[in-house]
Amino acid sequence: MLDLTYETPKPKVIAGAKHDWELVIGMEVHAQVSSNAKLFSGASTKFGAEPNSNVAFVDAAMPGMLPVINEYCVEQAVRTGLGLNAEINLFSAFDRKNYFYPDLPQGYQISQLYHPIVGEGEILVDMGPGVARLVRVERIHLEQDAGKSIHDMDPNMSFVDLNRTGVALMEIVSRPDIRGPEEAAAYVTKLRQILRYLGTCDGNMQNGNLRADVNVSICRAGQYEKYMETQDFSYLGTRCEIKNMNSMRFIQMAIEVEARRQIAIVEAGGEVVQETRLYDPDKNETRSMRSKEEAHDYRYFPDPDLLPLEIEQDWIDGIKATLPELPDVKKARFVGDFGLSEYDASVLTADAENAQFFEAAAQGRDGKLAANWIINELFGRLKKEDHDIAQSPVSPAQIGQIVDLIKSDAISGKIAKDVFEICYTTGRDPSEIVETEGMKQVTDTGAIESAVDEIIAANPAQVEKAKANPKLAGWFVGQVMKATGGKANPKAVNELVAAKLGL
Amino acid sequence: MSIDLETAARVAKLARIKVEEDQLPALAEEFNTILGFIEQLGEVDVEGVEPMTSVTPMALKRREDIVTDGGMQDKILKNAPDAREGFFAVPKVVE
Repeated sequence: MLDLTYETPKPKVIAGAKHDWELVIGMEVHAQVSSNAKLFSGASTKFGAEPNSNVAFVDAAMPGMLPVINEYCVEQAVRTGLGLNAEINLFSAFDRKNYFYPDLPQGYQISQLYHPIVGEGEILVDMGPGVARLVRVERIHLEQDAGKSIHDMDPNMSFVDLNRTGVALMEIVSRPDIRGPEEAAAYVTKLRQILRYLGTCDGNMQNGNLRADVNVSICRAGQYEKYMETQDFSYLGTRCEIKNMNSMRFIQMAIEVEARRQIAIVEAGGEVVQETRLYDPDKNETRSMRSKEEAHDYRYFPDPDLLPLEIEQDWIDGIKATLPELPDVKKARFVGDFGLSEYDASVLTADAENAQFFEAAAQGRDGKLAANWIINELFGRLKKEDHDIAQSPVSPAQIGQIVDLIKSDAISGKIAKDVFEICYTTGRDPSEIVETEGMKQVTDTGAIESAVDEIIAANPAQVEKAKANPKLAGWFVGQVMKATGGKANPKAVNELVAAKLGL
Repeated sequence: MSIDLETAARVAKLARIKVEEDQLPALAEEFNTILGFIEQLGEVDVEGVEPMTSVTPMALKRREDIVTDGGMQDKILKNAPDAREGFFAVPKVVE
């Protein structure tokens, strides 16, 4: 196993009117499983279809219809568990969570309360170079998603679309190990990154394919450490759950404002009531969802339509053998093999496609230089046009060529930027561009020398000034570069100018 | 365990079954009879006996991840009391 040494970040502290308070946060992330068909029916999971067209009779809860589990969704949950270093349960079972809502035609959600498919795991949440928080994952269970209600199409009616009904979700439940708003966002970012590497969830938050419920409580300094020692929750404050967040920015804002609300209550001598709340980004406040509270009695019981889910260790081992290299390992390898800084390695491994692009470009070359060109030039240019790496007009091999041209002193870094620009806009190969456009750097000292001589001879007054003040030698360097069309090797010019002026 | 009127009313509400006030005592009584029977079952020593999940030795049936169903909006909406533009139309449900 890899040795990843890191420091633990300090918890976020919010100053109240009377005391300082620390935050304690746990998260339940609902990640839509990437699959073709739904968890218990053969209907499609495709987003954006005509309303109620991706619906089987099972999903619409027609009488007499029975659920049949999609094996691939189980495989995806197992793969996710393996990716989070978690224990996989050979025996799991499905339960009914009963509540009424128009977008839930069954009147219950099939979930896994008592025997989840995945047990304890962990996620290393990066908080900057050398700083990370290890967050424990309590469990992952499989469950059905609900449909979608649309409230703004008619003043008196709500419209219900069951296309999402029955799509497989993984609910990934963390322990309360997250200690601040930034950590919470970083946790979701890291989890999303791992899921995308694994290919088990596309992580699209805008479409609601990844959403989080955030449990927030506050405590005085030292209390959390007592909880960690004993796992006794009574050391922590009463928590409130903020439902259904699908933006990193709102997650942070909601945590902050909810913590301040709780601090104000406690410092005024009141008590925080455990409840479900909703974040309103327009007013930047959280509000109680009383309707949810009333229905909180879900009367779970084992689903009599489904036998327990029993899987074999061999099957799990088979899935394990196909796991891709995951972000932490890849990052460490980029630092070790290519000599990248941890920051650069983080940027390049944020997405599996970026990492792949970099590796193809850097193979057998100066990795640091390749990383610089990809991060500073290519990413900058792509971002300007709102493109991602898949849309890059520059190929990894072309970045590689630019690196080679710089390393062999064929072009300077400055000329390389022009070459890159031509390559980006036309798709032409950098080596061909340099050749055809005559952009090759002049390294021939003879040619540079005569240029230096000419300029010195033509400017005797400047020579006198430079002799008195060596800083002015830069003027000669500039003139030589101009005379050679920027193609002279700057290092050679500097040396020659200094020598000729006798500096 | 004994079910009082308040619990009976709550269970009815959770199940969305309308029960008139004067029906509640009879309902609570029925619940108590059922629970009494369950309690009687609880007297059997089942120490070390696995819960039975099926009367025949079957494993959970699984399906492949292939789209085999859907594409029948008309049939899905056919029994709906009200449907508009491909959606089920229901009384407004806003938090």
